[in-house]
Amino acid sequence: MKTFKIGGVHPAENKLSAANPIKVASLPKQAVFSMFQHIGSPAKPVVTKGDAVKVGTLLAEADGFVSAPIYSSVSGKVNKVDAIVDASGYRRPAIFVDVEGDEWEESIDRSSTLITLSDRPELTDKDIVAKIKEAGVVGMGGATFPCHVKLSPPPGTKAECVIINAVECEPYLTADHRLMLEKADEILVGVDLIMKAVNVTKGYVAIENNKPDAIRLMREKASKYPHIEVVPLQVKYPQGGEKQLIAAVIGREVPAPPAIPIHVGAVVQNVGTAFAVYEAVMKNKPLFERVITVTGKSVKEPTNFMARIGTPMSQLIDECGGLPEDTGKVIGGGPMMGKALMNLDVPVCKGSSGLLIMNQKEARRGEEQPCIRCAKCVGACPMGLEPYLLATASSMRNWEMVEDNDIVSCIECGSCQFTCPSNRALLDNIRTGKSTVMALIRARNAK
Amino acid sequence: MANKFIISLSPHVHGNDSVQRNMYGVCIALVPALICSLYYFGIGAAIVLATSVLACVFFEWAINKFILRNDKVTITDGSAILTGLLLGFNLPSNLPIWIIFIGALVAIGVGKMTFGGLGCNPFNPALVGRVFLLISFPVQMTSWPVAGQWMAYTDAETAATPLAIMKKAITGDGVEALSELPSSFDLLVGAHGGCLGEVSAIALLIGLAYMLWTRIITWHIPVSLLGTVVVLSGLLHLSNPIYSSPEQVLMTGGLLLGACFMATDYVTSPMTPKGQLIYGASIGLLTVVIRTFGAYPEGMSFAILIMNAFTPLINTYCKPKRFGEVIKK
Amino acid sequence: MDVIWIAVVALGAVGFLLAVVLFVASKKFAVHEDPRIAQVSEVLPQANCGGCGYPGCAGFAGACVKAADAGTMEGLLCPVGGAPTMENIAKILGQEIISAAPKVAVIRCNGTCENRPRVAEFDGVRSCRVQLMLGTGETGCAFGCLGCGDCASVCMFGAIHINPETGMAEVDEAKCTACGACVKICPRRIIELRPKGPKSRRMAVLCVNRDKGAVANKVCKVSCIGCGKCVKVCAFEAITMNSNLAYIDPEKCKLCRKCEDACPRGAIHAINFPARKPKAAEETSSAQVGKKVAIDERPSKSIETNA
Repeated sequence: MKTFKIGGVHPAENKLSAANPIKVASLPKQAVFSMFQHIGSPAKPVVTKGDAVKVGTLLAEADGFVSAPIYSSVSGKVNKVDAIVDASGYRRPAIFVDVEGDEWEESIDRSSTLITLSDRPELTDKDIVAKIKEAGVVGMGGATFPCHVKLSPPPGTKAECVIINAVECEPYLTADHRLMLEKADEILVGVDLIMKAVNVTKGYVAIENNKPDAIRLMREKASKYPHIEVVPLQVKYPQGGEKQLIAAVIGREVPAPPAIPIHVGAVVQNVGTAFAVYEAVMKNKPLFERVITVTGKSVKEPTNFMARIGTPMSQLIDECGGLPEDTGKVIGGGPMMGKALMNLDVPVCKGSSGLLIMNQKEARRGEEQPCIRCAKCVGACPMGLEPYLLATASSMRNWEMVEDNDIVSCIECGSCQFTCPSNRALLDNIRTGKSTVMALIRARNAK
Repeated sequence: MANKFIISLSPHVHGNDSVQRNMYGVCIALVPALICSLYYFGIGAAIVLATSVLACVFFEWAINKFILRNDKVTITDGSAILTGLLLGFNLPSNLPIWIIFIGALVAIGVGKMTFGGLGCNPFNPALVGRVFLLISFPVQMTSWPVAGQWMAYTDAETAATPLAIMKKAITGDGVEALSELPSSFDLLVGAHGGCLGEVSAIALLIGLAYMLWTRIITWHIPVSLLGTVVVLSGLLHLSNPIYSSPEQVLMTGGLLLGACFMATDYVTSPMTPKGQLIYGASIGLLTVVIRTFGAYPEGMSFAILIMNAFTPLINTYCKPKRFGEVIKK
Repeated sequence: MDVIWIAVVALGAVGFLLAVVLFVASKKFAVHEDPRIAQVSEVLPQANCGGCGYPGCAGFAGACVKAADAGTMEGLLCPVGGAPTMENIAKILGQEIISAAPKVAVIRCNGTCENRPRVAEFDGVRSCRVQLMLGTGETGCAFGCLGCGDCASVCMFGAIHINPETGMAEVDEAKCTACGACVKICPRRIIELRPKGPKSRRMAVLCVNRDKGAVANKVCKVSCIGCGKCVKVCAFEAITMNSNLAYIDPEKCKLCRKCEDACPRGAIHAINFPARKPKAAEETSSAQVGKKVAIDERPSKSIETNA
């Protein structure tokens, strides 16, 4: 069984909602669209207060190449263009839409007939990328990097294969798992489209072997596509990290930053992105809804929702049986890399893969003890770094030392802190070091 | 809002590993050796071990409380108990209580707390205590009771240990002296003289297996250390039979105890796999050199302490292999 | 006897040889240094704090000598020694004495636990930089003091500490040398070096919230909501309004205290002024409780430290 070689940990999986089918979430009363739903420049609003919008109406356009447009997921009236505290914890510009009915733009194909690439032979690689860009598709795994950017390799590089990330290595989350079980055909067409967009003939769908049902189903369906291979992987975190996934599937390691996966010829896309690409290209449906797992040990009914973007998290929690009494922490995303939310008014955005509710006891970190230099963090680091050293040097503000020890390679996966017997907040310190060093490097390059 | 949420940076889950789990894990791994030592040295072993553990815990508590004036209780983390156990294992079973007290004071006071307590000591505290005693009280520290005297303590009958016999063979008596060595089976189970914890090779290996199985330690240090010793002593034995054979070298003295429990001490060993291999191999080399050519019959403690001093240097130069191919230019 | 003679001669010879070597080396490898640098260094405080922007006191001394040779020492200031030190340096270098107003670090936030409710609980390394990565942090305010004390940890003079009751950083004016280390480290850019002012009296807006009025109002009782009343009332054009935030230019401010009365939020503070007569205090409406607390607290404390 394939996996990546360096480091890695195995957190308790806790996939509580794996057996529950995707449920369509009810429409919110008011949907809120943050302008920061992707990496890159924020989208620019094109609607103003009082405008009537339908499902699929453009709300904000992309600002620059590394950016993505935002579409309305509901029909109704624009209430205001203001700001809201989104999942990042910052107050950011957002468009508020009061929901009235559920009227869709006519251009969207709402039928469920499967359209494959052979039905649309006239599509060229440029058409596909243009369509993806127009639909505002971004990486759905959580990083939210605009999809079309990855599908436009920079000059001097050539894509050799497409890897679809369906490992879902974060504990608790089951959104991708369920999506594969329910939309396997559509996903495979999406993979086909992505492969056509970057002109490659080899595609891999990587799935961790804690999802045997998904592996079986995808293999069966993929038999029709001889150039797509389903690759089962050994369960290990952080296999869903782009670099680890490439290492696991094709055995090549992406060089240290600023190199990106395309330098080893790989284009990695999330399985959710593949589905979104299918809908955008074949059904003319912009990205305005996604699958999100709402889970937690004290949640009554952990559920996978197909939720419209802009739905407040509180509504999804209510549909799962309400917020448990002893809630201590609410996390947007998975427990290893998600962000703790400050309140539940945060809306679902393009990158929301999960909502994890932890009780008071789980939520608290253990008491920090002195470092016993056990080297378990060194063994767990998937990037071959020395977390103990980086954390200590960062806390002492020794930026030169942390830069010399390759802190910018850190992918912030949290394996070191997860494994630390002394409960040390290694990643807290490493993050401050990394952000400072990145700023120093930017300043140097600007000179 | 009804209740305030806790906010913190990811990761939000922890692997539930703890300092205690690791420290007590090593203590559990020492249990087979403990049973063997009690079996062979009886009441003497019990007195020495109990004194050593209690004295170490007491000194850590007292130094924290009265000298550092630190209210934090650190004795529950298991590290003082472990130091006490290891110190006891490195002493002969007929050592008077007052000497053990001095050893514990040096181990915890000088070896550990002076540097800032757990995680800060450059040298293995138990070995600091043992070597201090070895140099200060050479007579008491090098008279080992014969195994099997259940009710004897300071009055136990003593005899030469296998290591002394091996040394004698090298220094003049020749191959004939080696015939006095106990049989390989006795060496394996521990029916011979020596320090408390080091006699039974099989018990120590069981402990090592347990630590590897529960992932308290990795294989790098013990394997590289023992491997180096086997290769070097094998070469010496082939060149001249007055040097005892590798399996005798392996099972005598503190070699296994040191390789499994002292050299692998977290705090004083290098952080990277490559560094650990270098560290282990160097200890093996030094041990063989001291045993064969040095004045002392046993070289393990000195070898480990010397390499402890090199650990920071090894950490500086042995970096783990970073993820990522090197870009060809 | 011979032994003694041999020893004396041998040692003497060795000593002479080494002396020759040292003499040659000192001549050959001599580094010429302007003697004035050493003189200037002597009058510097030798705190090596770097507050002047140079690597330590020696670096600053070198810069002073260089600047004096170029003509003027303008712009150079040892924040620790202040004006007296600069006068001494000017005397050594034969320069005009330039008087720079002494400065002090001002924490432009008054979001105490009482004024600014905590909406979440932070669990992690007590560092402002870490908490900053969580967005607005423990309070709803995206601009105010995070209270983890990064500034206190870099202050080499022990002039900043975190008050456990208010959860805020506080400056001890008597100890502050205006070296600017805290200004650089504060991830939210709250701390500003402002002129101490006559008798240490000065006016300042103790808020840096640039959110719109409604949001600023919600997150903190004493935030600047950008209403502009202070701008209107100021007769000296000392107050400017920039993205919903008032700023008092210390150079233009004449300390008339009109803005303090005009501010409906109590965000403008008159620091180190003697307490007002009770009559004036009664006039302030009950809505300004937060302001009264803040005013009463600050002068009394600072007077103690200045006395």
